Order: sequence, then structure tokens, then C-alpha cells
Amino acid sequence: MDVSALDEASSAGNAVGIGEIMQAIAEHKGCGTSGGSGKASCGSQAGQGDLPTEIWDKVKNHPCYSEEAHHHYARMHVAVAPACNIQCNYCNRKYDCANESRPGVVSEKLTPEQAAKKVLAVASTIPQMTVLGIAGPGDPLANPKKTFKTFELVAKAAPDIKLCLSTNGLMLPDHVDTIARFKIDHVTITINMVDPEIGAKIYPWIFYNHKRYTGVEAAKILTDRQLQGLEMLTERGILCKINSVMIPGTNDQHLVEVNRAVKSRGAFLHNIMPLISAPEHGTVFGLNGQRGPTAQELKALQDACEGEMNVMRHCRQCRADAVGLLGEDRSAEFTSEKVMAMDVKYDLQMRKAYQAKVEEERVAKVAAKQEEVAELASEMSDIKLMVAVATKGSGLINEHFGHAKEFQVYELSMAGAKFVGHRRVDHYCQGGYGEEGRLASVIRAINDCHAVFVAKIGGCPKSNLLKAGIEPVDQYAHEFIEKSAIAWFKSYLDKMQSGETQHTQRGDAAIRQGALSSAA
Amino acid sequence: MPFKIIASQCTSCSACEPECPNVAISEKGGTFVIDPKKCSECIGYFDEPQCVAVCPVDNTCVVDTSLPRYQARA
Repeated sequence: MDVSALDEASSAGNAVGIGEIMQAIAEHKGCGTSGGSGKASCGSQAGQGDLPTEIWDKVKNHPCYSEEAHHHYARMHVAVAPACNIQCNYCNRKYDCANESRPGVVSEKLTPEQAAKKVLAVASTIPQMTVLGIAGPGDPLANPKKTFKTFELVAKAAPDIKLCLSTNGLMLPDHVDTIARFKIDHVTITINMVDPEIGAKIYPWIFYNHKRYTGVEAAKILTDRQLQGLEMLTERGILCKINSVMIPGTNDQHLVEVNRAVKSRGAFLHNIMPLISAPEHGTVFGLNGQRGPTAQELKALQDACEGEMNVMRHCRQCRADAVGLLGEDRSAEFTSEKVMAMDVKYDLQMRKAYQAKVEEERVAKVAAKQEEVAELASEMSDIKLMVAVATKGSGLINEHFGHAKEFQVYELSMAGAKFVGHRRVDHYCQGGYGEEGRLASVIRAINDCHAVFVAKIGGCPKSNLLKAGIEPVDQYAHEFIEKSAIAWFKSYLDKMQSGETQHTQRGDAAIRQGALSSAA
Repeated sequence: MPFKIIASQCTSCSACEPECPNVAISEKGGTFVIDPKKCSECIGYFDEPQCVAVCPVDNTCVVDTSLPRYQARA
């Protein structure tokens, strides 16, 4: 029901061709489709023709399953599932800071009834919110009653909202039928290993069948259950995304094997995320000095896995109570206190009308990009380079350099502009940072980029960026990201050909710890 | 020797509550507490105390040594 409702909304504005165009672009991005018409450059199912319409319908408005959609559509998580049944070395449930933002952290727990009310409040305020996920703060399937009660209430009150859950997979095989019955179209399983010896270094213990298991024995049970659950879901046509935490020296090389294992079991999308570990988080990895990957290391692994299947690169590793577009967090607007005080009217027509507008915007964006890509065909070059973009969403260059909490990173080549990641640059929980310190850390975060596209930028940061070898570009303010990036790339290539500039390689960049936070 | 939950360490995650075979655990004032009259240390039900096995914070569900009968035995 939810899918057809959204489909209607999208076709209301544009009668023909949206599906085709959107599919073409998502395919190019290596995220959101598999196979596709013609070349399956990053498809997970080689040889398959066009992505079936029913799968496209499932992902096209899901910000986590389609990179293209994440510029336009929002999601929310409700924190109804506090209990967990495994212990991970990158997680510390005791840690509590209102400004902290990463998986497993929330400001307040909700009952299913409070959660349903919150969903309606958000859906009324943010009409482009299309997906409700339950992702903890513990494990949804370690709290099956609360989780499924919430889904039941939301499905009744807001039938157009897609339901989604994210689990460690330990209890998954027991709940697959319930998941199918509740029409939960998207399930994410966190799989960090398929080798119990490696698992023992990541998971100190699991709680299963009334017993705490440790070491290799625990990891063996966990991996068996995860892969069994994945198979059961894909058999039923439920889309599965696999989340993997990249832990350098522990499972980084191994994740290529994980990628193969989940691909062969029908997973749709692989999301490889950098480890978040800082001593102040109090996690085992944070305390024992286990580092996270650099931007280059992460990208190299994602690139290696992309040949095998679709790879997600736009994950913001959000909180279990996040609200809004992936790159923003509006959860502070929807605390229980505020939600209870809201006069909520759920207006499906209004939501549909708004989403039809969004679809128009998407089509315009894709058309603009296609035009530029066609222009690029006259050039000949094997240069690949990356650029950073300051954006507030909608696929536009519409954020000031100084206001940006994150930069989106695109790789430019003859093939066009490809989203390859994002860099967080906000400074929560770090009082006393001056402007200079901030600028230095922004430069560190986008140090692998040749240029940064902004809506506006001051004279001082401009000259500092130039000194660091990063070209600040503000001539495409409020224009479409990809179209502009390709146009800039074209002029860059021209300048090189005329000998005006020389192409140089950039260095590595730092990935900041943590995800986007509402308090930033 | 019933178990108790050290409130300052409890994350209030609720994992222990449904695992207790004696329904001895409930939420009270933001964290969870064990009713010492109901706690059987899971003897007769399971090999290990369930609250201890499932709790994400080490040394949070512990034997309550402050009870008089424990003092007498010790």
C-alpha cells in the first residue's frame, strides 16, 4: 500500500519516464539499483536486465537505500528498542551525552504509543519524511514486542510510510515471518565478519537461548544466524542492506569476503562504515587505541566491493532517534514534550502533493546532469579527481562554506560525477575552538579534494583554501550539484589542455569521529 | 543470596526484565530493580543468572551482600 501510494504521488506530477531516468542515474551512482538497462557497471546481479519495477518502487524514496533519494527524502528512527543481546567492542551503552551522535545513542526512550504519535508529528511537519526505521538504541529484535507494536500502530495511522528495521541478526531467523507479515520492506543487518576467529575480536559475548556465549563460539552462532536470516529475508523478496563497520587491522581485508558472502545470499546493498572510536566514548576499541580508517582507506575498500554489488557511501551513521534528511538531524524539534504539545493533523493529500513537487525537482536535476554529461563526451582524459560540496539538500549547492556541518564528496571523471562520500566538519563538544582551528580541520577533512563548491565564502577562508591547494568555487551558487561539478570539471580539463594548469594528486583526508548531531 | 542492580550503572536498557524467570525485575525511578523476595538466582531454571548474563554493563547485576542472611552466612 505504501509503495503504490508514493508511486501515485510521483507520477501525479510527471506522467512518463521518471522511473527510467531515475533508474539510470541511481544505477550510475552504484547505489540503489542492481543490473539496469545495458551495462551493469555496479550491479549486484550480473546478467539481469532492468531492475524490476517493484524493487525500484521500494528504494526510490528511501534515503538509505538510494543515494539519489537521500538528497530529497527524509527518514526517522524511533527509540523503542533499548535492550540488546550482543556486546560489540565499538559500542558502549553506558555512554550518555546529549550532544553525542552515533548509533546506539539516544536522548530518550519511547513507548510504542509515544513513538506512533511522534511519527505522525514528524510526518505532518516534514512531508518528505517517507521512512520509519527502528534501529535501537539496542536491537529491535531483542525487543520484539515493542518493535512490532510500534510498526502496527504506525501502519494503521500512516499507511504511506515505509517501515524499516536494522538488526544485529542474532534473533532474525525467528522473526522473518513476522517481518514479512508487517510488510517491512527493508531490513538492515550489521555483519562485520563471516569468520568466527575475526568475530571473536569484535564481539566479546552474545546472549542466546538463555546463555551467555563468548569468544569464537559466540561469533560462530552469530554469523550462522545472520546469514540464515539474510537468506530467509531475500527468499521472501525483502530488500536487505548489510552494514559493516570497517576496523583497520581487524576486519578491513576480510570485508571483501563478507561482501561476497552477503552478495551470494541476495543482499541488495552493502554499507561499509568507518569505525567510530574515541577514548571518551568508553568503548573497548576507543580505550585500546583501535583507530578508524582514513578517507582513502575507506574509499579503497568501498571501491573494491563495488565491483561485486551496490555500495552505500552516503550513510551518516545516525542516532537511533534521528529525524530528517540524512545530513541533518532535527530530532531536537521532536522531543516527547514537544510532540505531546503538538496538534497533529495527518494530511495524506498534503504529503502527496509535496512529494510530487520533490519528484519534479528530481527530474529537473537528472535532466540537467544528463545535458552536462553529454557535453563532456567531447573531452578525452583519464583523470579522476574529487571535489567537496556544501549543500543543505535538494541536490543543490546551497550552503555557505562557513555554515556547512558536512561536505559531500563527488568523484569526477569522464563518466560524470559520482557521489563517493561525505565529510563531517561540525564541532560539537569541542568548546574553545577558534575560527582558525575550525578552518584547519575543514581543510584536513577535504584535503583529498581539488575544489570545494559553496553558495558563498568569505575572503579569509578563500585564501587559506587556495594556499592548501583547494579551489573554492562559488560561481555555481544555488545550482544543481552534479551539473555544476561536471561543468567545472570540463573547464578544468580545458585549462589542463591549454597548459594553463597542471594536474596534481591530492593527499589523504581525515574522517571525523561521530555522526551528525542536532546540537552541532 | 538474591541479586541486586547497582542503580548508578544501570543504563535502563530493560534487557534483564523479560529474561527473569521469577518476574522479579521491574522499572523504578528510571532504572531497574530486583525484588529480593522473588529472586532465586535462577537456580532450577537456568545454569546462570539471566540478569547477569544479559546485562551490557559488567558488574551491575551483583549478589546483594548487604542482606542480613548473607552477612550471617559469611
